[in-house]
Amino acid sequence: MKIGLDVGSTTLKCVAIDDNEKIVYKAYERHYSKIANMSAKMLNEIVEKHPEFARAQLTVSGSAGMGFAQSLGLNFVQEVYATRIAVSRLLPGTDAVIELGGEDAKILFLTNGTEVRMNGSCAGGTGAFIDQMASLLEISPLEMNEIAKGKEKVYSIASRCGVFAKSDIQPLLNQGAAKKDIAASIFEAVVNQTVAGLAQGRKIVGKVVYLGGPLYFLSELRNAFDSGLGVKGHCPDDGLYFVALGAAFSSKNEAIDILGITEKINSFVSSGEYLASKPLFNNKEEYEEFCTRHAEDAVKTDGQLYCDNRVYIGIDAGSTTVKAAAVNTDGDIVYSKYMPNSGDPVRLIKEFLIDFYSSFPSAVVCGSAVTGYGEEIIKNAFGIDVGIVETVAHYTAAKKFKPDVDFIIDIGGQDIKCFKIRNNAIDNIFLNEACSSGCGSFLQTFASAWGYDIESFSKLGLFADKPVDLGSRCTVFMNSSVKQAQKDGASIENISAGLSVSVVKNALYKVIRAANADELGKNIVVQGGTFLNDAVLRAFEQEIGRDVIRPNISGLMGAYGAALIAKEKVKEKSTIISKEELETFEHKVKAVVCSGCSNACRLTVNTFSGGRRFIGGNRCSKPVASTETDSGLNMFEYKRELLNAYVPFNGQRETVGLAMGLNMFELLPFWHTFFKELGFGVALSEKSTRGLYVKGQHTIPSDTVCYPAKLLHGHIESLLEQGVKHIFYPCMTYNIDEKLGDNNYNCPVVAYYPEVIRSNIPKLKEINFISDYLGLHRPKDFVGKIHAILCRNFGDIALSAVKAASDKAYDEYHRYMNKIHIQGLQFMKEAKKRDLPVVILCGRPYHLDEEINHGIDKLICRCGAAVVTEDSVSPMVEKFPTDVLDQWTYHSRLYAAAKYVADKQDNDINIVQLVSFGCGVDAITTDEMRSILESKGRIYTQIKIDEISNPGAVKIRLRSLFAATGR
Amino acid sequence: MNPENRVEFTKDMMDYTLLAPNMANIHFSMLVNIFGQYGYKVELLKNDGRAVVDEGLKYVHNDTCYPALLVIGQLIDALNSGKYDPNKTALMITQSGGGCRASNYIHLLRKALKKAGYGQVPVISLNLSGLEKNSGFKIRVSMALKMLSALIYGDLIMLLKNQVEPYEINKGETNALSQKWIDDISEMFKNGKGYSMREMKKILPQITKEFSEIAVNKVNKVKVGVVGEIYVKYSPLANNHLEEFLFSQGCEVMVPGLLGFFLFKTDNRLEDVKLYGGKKIKKIAMTVAIWYLTKIETMLNDAARAYGNFTVPAPYAHIKEKCTKIIGAGCKMGEGWLLTAEMMELIESGYGNIVCAQPFGCLPNHIVGKGMIRKLKELYPQSNIVPIDYDPGATRVNQENRIRLMLAVADENLNNA
Repeated sequence: MKIGLDVGSTTLKCVAIDDNEKIVYKAYERHYSKIANMSAKMLNEIVEKHPEFARAQLTVSGSAGMGFAQSLGLNFVQEVYATRIAVSRLLPGTDAVIELGGEDAKILFLTNGTEVRMNGSCAGGTGAFIDQMASLLEISPLEMNEIAKGKEKVYSIASRCGVFAKSDIQPLLNQGAAKKDIAASIFEAVVNQTVAGLAQGRKIVGKVVYLGGPLYFLSELRNAFDSGLGVKGHCPDDGLYFVALGAAFSSKNEAIDILGITEKINSFVSSGEYLASKPLFNNKEEYEEFCTRHAEDAVKTDGQLYCDNRVYIGIDAGSTTVKAAAVNTDGDIVYSKYMPNSGDPVRLIKEFLIDFYSSFPSAVVCGSAVTGYGEEIIKNAFGIDVGIVETVAHYTAAKKFKPDVDFIIDIGGQDIKCFKIRNNAIDNIFLNEACSSGCGSFLQTFASAWGYDIESFSKLGLFADKPVDLGSRCTVFMNSSVKQAQKDGASIENISAGLSVSVVKNALYKVIRAANADELGKNIVVQGGTFLNDAVLRAFEQEIGRDVIRPNISGLMGAYGAALIAKEKVKEKSTIISKEELETFEHKVKAVVCSGCSNACRLTVNTFSGGRRFIGGNRCSKPVASTETDSGLNMFEYKRELLNAYVPFNGQRETVGLAMGLNMFELLPFWHTFFKELGFGVALSEKSTRGLYVKGQHTIPSDTVCYPAKLLHGHIESLLEQGVKHIFYPCMTYNIDEKLGDNNYNCPVVAYYPEVIRSNIPKLKEINFISDYLGLHRPKDFVGKIHAILCRNFGDIALSAVKAASDKAYDEYHRYMNKIHIQGLQFMKEAKKRDLPVVILCGRPYHLDEEINHGIDKLICRCGAAVVTEDSVSPMVEKFPTDVLDQWTYHSRLYAAAKYVADKQDNDINIVQLVSFGCGVDAITTDEMRSILESKGRIYTQIKIDEISNPGAVKIRLRSLFAATGR
Repeated sequence: MNPENRVEFTKDMMDYTLLAPNMANIHFSMLVNIFGQYGYKVELLKNDGRAVVDEGLKYVHNDTCYPALLVIGQLIDALNSGKYDPNKTALMITQSGGGCRASNYIHLLRKALKKAGYGQVPVISLNLSGLEKNSGFKIRVSMALKMLSALIYGDLIMLLKNQVEPYEINKGETNALSQKWIDDISEMFKNGKGYSMREMKKILPQITKEFSEIAVNKVNKVKVGVVGEIYVKYSPLANNHLEEFLFSQGCEVMVPGLLGFFLFKTDNRLEDVKLYGGKKIKKIAMTVAIWYLTKIETMLNDAARAYGNFTVPAPYAHIKEKCTKIIGAGCKMGEGWLLTAEMMELIESGYGNIVCAQPFGCLPNHIVGKGMIRKLKELYPQSNIVPIDYDPGATRVNQENRIRLMLAVADENLNNA
């Protein structure tokens, strides 16, 4: 008589097996964090139905069961281990098990060396992730499974964490991609995440078993795994219960009195000890006073049409909600609507306009403006007059409430936007980077996980006595913090309050990174749908210790601001589509692959009645009609062209393969020349693409390393496919010394990635992989060292020849760097002549890679600016003291570029820094860059990039930058 | 570096309280006593809890490595506590130098102090690379020698304590003995004794003898090794009291000592010359230093072997030779190849169950930690390594769950053996 109880992060599973190991009872239920009660209920049920289980062996498993098993002295077994026991017993001969749970993903290799792997703390390809994505599509996971069956194409979606994926999915939705395709893409993202995060160099082959809720319930997810792995996996009938079964099987303890323990479990009150912050409100009076104060910040929302019937329409097509407002000539709102963005903003706006026209048949729309992620599609669909950058729209609206506003914070569905105002212009912008959004949709996800809507969920926390201190971190982490709090016995009220506080902390400490309230400003306006929740608003005021203004139309501010701008800007009749046209309005979407260049972007072509068109998904301007704003001055493009001139060739000696990633992006001129001079041939890996990345992803050992490093695995595969017999990829602790810093290091990843490659790509054993340590910073010593390496690998080579080749190589390298410098100056001159703004797009050499920068350089050019690089201006700067240790060659260039811009005091020359997600050293450079620039009153702009980037966010940053500099 | 921005610790500041973060308890307790003997009032910070993390989050870029965030948070939290007069307090922090971002801690600390309104507080860098100097803070030769011997004593006490404590019959006996030795050694230092080679040669085996005499019940326990980024590896604040947790799960824990790290950092300079060229004099100086440290190491290991039946780590030169077959000796940033080497050594001496503790997103660990696990698994199929990330958001539940998985496999291996 054995009972196994599996307490997962979201569900509870229980099995009872008799002495013949036959299952006599099984149950599977969501526990909504009422773990103790539900467990007791299940155990009672067992004894009720099967009295012979009154005394039985009981073993607990599952991440959320650890706590109470320990306190009650119950037998506990780790869940992956339990799975293994169950699989070995029930499905002998299994080679690998893939188990997805609520928040965990696991792979077990059972044959050829047992290995068990679990996702790290930063991994989201799990049940919670699928739930989150389904709620984004406004369907249930099961519905998502259904529609995925009809997929036509698959998009790339990052699944490392829900937040990343959201920022991929939202633009797709906004561009009109079909839900069925997105659903299928989400499943594929889960597969990629599992393989990239957990396989770590081991191929998943043979007899594969799928376990856990998501795989059990979602046939399309299983199919995605089947096709991704090239296997036919098996999902057993009891797939949900394997952990519980494993727990039961592994019971070795004495049989215990089940009803007795049930009683104990039922009355089990967890420690109740968790870190708590102070309550939001101590009593009802405090709350009422708070409400009265905020009620004062209001504009009319029931304005009337005047006899001129003139109205102005503003639309904010945001990431998770769509807002629209119509104002009269006084700026009073006459009609407004706040709609969840169910993935089809066009339909929503159409409905809004129809409603509006029928409510106000006499209205004359005199102007219209649109802002937000969906700006372009809405603008094209309905003939909206102007598109405005969100920051400007919000500022315009905020001024209505507080003319001397100096700080605005907007917490929306999935992003936080903050801006400082100085001299009536937006001075500094903070946007949450892809990894730290803990915003409205984050509260939403938790609310719906517990079966509440966001409003009532957030209200729960108002009078909580001990809000859980959850810290400030991204959603995935937050899930486990909440899990821990539940374990410690926190009530749902206290968790709700804690989540509201953490939204605020996230904004303050992760996005704005403010040390104190005074840093923000004195006149603060808060807005965005999330601030409609009093708990969040109160937490914010408590955290900064200052009262703030929350407009009554907090959620509508973008639309309201847009309407005000329309009122100001559009003088003649609006181009917005008329009531009649609206009646026959049609919207068609077609997915095509662009054949304009080798990028093969997946485009969504939207056509609207009246012949208007909108194309999304493009990374360059080729497929769309040229807008003529492209500056054509792009140093990134120039550098790429320079590098493209170093083509592969054959020599009379062996051919050496070079992987085009990381530092090779700068050293190619050197090594290419060096090997050519010595008579070697050179083979190069192919251009980076998503496909190339996927090819190498199964050998990536650390899922948190930066994307440029991960890509290298694909490049090595590419060289191997070409049949290269020698790959040359030296370790380089030091870089070339450009005398700009105190030392000339490479970062640890650039320096030593060859070690990772060597140890993790098994096929390299079959060829000659040269990864010796080399220093180009000492040219004289270099000759001797490389000579020895070459002789060791290729037999005798004359030292004098090596010396000559090395001289030529250094010359070529310096020539290359010099060309960049000269061309950069040329572009800046040209920009000045044509009165174009200049963006010094700072990063590292490998940011040239289009798969890494996602076409951001081109995007800047399309905005009408010239793109110059940090290494084209750094030679003009002398070494200068910095506040941090300046000892990496690439960083020294960054600081020099910042210094150049700071000293230059030309509003038209600005810095934009590209930062790869996971780049540890950039945590240091970004702060220093900002402080160098801000010390001279200049604006610092940072763009974080990862596997996938969000061009929408990038555009906001750039357009705000240009708006702030008066462009 | 921007020299104007630095507040120096001058000679008139001798009455200041010097606050320093704690890392390896045994070692650091002795170091504090040594500082005291030379007139520096050093206090090791033991403040713990959420406030430390919160201060860190407030004043340090949140993507910076966790140790920096904690150390800085701890120092600022201490200044905020009101226990210390900010005008009479200085901070002390170690600075490793090298290509890892950790060499920037001190600068991040200064930035944070300025932001928090403690711009006047001087920060003293304790480093091996001569990065910064302070006129009021000098390490005299005798002091340096004492510090070095504190390191040796610390390594031995830690090694023995770890191997005896889990098996002791009278609870608390081992801990009391190590405390007794910390006190005795500090007392000897105070009297100018106990730090010469000659004396250490006598005292070290004595320590082993006393530890070997503690009554134990040698049951079969799961043996776990802990490696990782140096601060996270040792500091309970950073690793969520990892050792305690492992003890509570009935394990014996082995944590490699600090001397190896010292040797490694010295050896790196020699490797640099070998790999990239450099001055002969540097080469000679470093060769001498290594010869000396190796002599000390031999003494330490001999002492550990003198009584009882303790597992003694293999010498540095030996593990280097073995490890450099899979990773280059030039891999030196952070813990560099030494981390991989320590894992190999642990596996070979029976501690194949390993927790590799690292700050979330630690750059060197992508290479020498996670990057090498596959290779190690290939070489040692029985190895059972779990990498654990630590950062302000990672929860104990998740970390412990993963460690438990490793322990479950370890248990099975133990039972099958």
